[in-house]
Amino acid sequence: MARIRDGRNGAAMAVPAKVPVTLTVNGIATRIEVAPWTTLLDALRDHLDLTGTKKGCDHGQCGACTVLVNGRRIVSCLTLAVMQEGATVTTVEGLERNGALHPLQQAFIDHDAFQCGYCTPGQICSAVGLIAEGRARTGEEIRELMSGNVCRCGAYTNIVAAIQQAMERS
Amino acid sequence: MINFEYARPADVADAVRQMAADPGAKFIAGGTNLLDLMKEDVERPTKLIDISRLPLKEVRETPSGGLSIGALVPNSDLAWHPLVEKRYPILSSAIQAGASQQLRNMASTGGNLLQRTRCYYFYDTATACNKREPGSGCSAIDGLNRMHAILGASDACIAVHPSDMCVALAVLDATVHVAGPKGERTIAFADFHRLPGDEPERDTNLAPDEIVTAVELPAQGFAANYTYLKIRDRLSYAFALVSVAAALELDGGIVKEARLGLGGVAHKPWRDTGAEAALRGRPPGEAAFAQAADMVLGGARGYVHNGFKIDLARRAIVRALTQAASGTPQSQSSKKIA
Repeated sequence: MARIRDGRNGAAMAVPAKVPVTLTVNGIATRIEVAPWTTLLDALRDHLDLTGTKKGCDHGQCGACTVLVNGRRIVSCLTLAVMQEGATVTTVEGLERNGALHPLQQAFIDHDAFQCGYCTPGQICSAVGLIAEGRARTGEEIRELMSGNVCRCGAYTNIVAAIQQAMERS
Repeated sequence: MINFEYARPADVADAVRQMAADPGAKFIAGGTNLLDLMKEDVERPTKLIDISRLPLKEVRETPSGGLSIGALVPNSDLAWHPLVEKRYPILSSAIQAGASQQLRNMASTGGNLLQRTRCYYFYDTATACNKREPGSGCSAIDGLNRMHAILGASDACIAVHPSDMCVALAVLDATVHVAGPKGERTIAFADFHRLPGDEPERDTNLAPDEIVTAVELPAQGFAANYTYLKIRDRLSYAFALVSVAAALELDGGIVKEARLGLGGVAHKPWRDTGAEAALRGRPPGEAAFAQAADMVLGGARGYVHNGFKIDLARRAIVRALTQAASGTPQSQSSKKIA
């Protein structure tokens, strides 16, 4: 363990060594070494170069960093990579199959469900989780269960339509 | 984020032991509130004890006809658990009124109880806050206090407890099971959270070296006559200005049992047992409901920006009791208020 000086209180403190984390990311067994305070989001973007997952607010309020962990949608900014040891992670890069877009990716194109596109990877991953949950049927229910994904371009109407299309075909 | 050590305890006893050995440590389960506070430099643990893999994820029926909920059951699993949806729909509804599905997938039952206030000044380390820095003062009392308390506040703190789930647990008379160095004990839900008084830095009566292991519900679930009505600035994914959990047991056109709890108005989920007692033995209706609302809000005090919450709460109580009595609980997806 190295010792450094902590900037805030001036006291010498032990810096914990980097910890190995094993994840299955988009179907590939992956081993990284990260500091304990590395979020899953930063691990994906900065250690695995999977920059499809976006950092929006970094406080769990916008949903841009939504990924699927063990099949469930979560915000990757509010969990530590080390906490996810052994987990299966799916990001937007892992949705296509043999070059064919995931039905939700195609539906977002069909319905023009974005403008700037920054929230889109999170919207799509969230919608994959939503459909897997099987709780939303109506437009109202989709809107409520997608409320953790903010779109500041205001493409909500088309996002709901895209999700409805993918639900009907799934 | 700040630097810290990370540990994964082997079992509850190990977790308690590690916590007792390090006063700067914090437990982490879902992490949705703690990591956010750490990014803001509000919480600065020297060590995180990751309890998320401990075997506290079971929902099981108790011999007395109730339900025991493991402290690590995610909020979404609890809201959609068949026994909760069937027997305690008020709990299911309240959970679904809070946060987003992503956060509910992460957040734990125990963590929901222990989440901190979302008072802007508590979050802003550049301002005075008695809860964050005891003795530094309260910036909210003369500041932006639209979200703040109208009941049970003190000169030291007017923050509110942000949970929806806890309002339902309060009216259901839940019991919190905890473990510590001296063994296990239970805390009645009404005694779990604290009013601010002159120690607003203490949110709960859980000791620093204790861990929540389960939340237990008694048999009575009020599945026929209940509602959770949440009033907020936008239709979803926002903290309550006022929320009301109302549960009634009706018998031959008379209120046999009544439960009434409010969220967003106080430092803890606000139960008023006096108002509940006044409802018992009366026919459910506008007169009884309005009287109950007046009793709840008799001691209410507004500040510069939140005085509107007193009238809002009064109307929300009457509306919620009406919804409960008529068996038409508030939908958390259709936002039309019945």
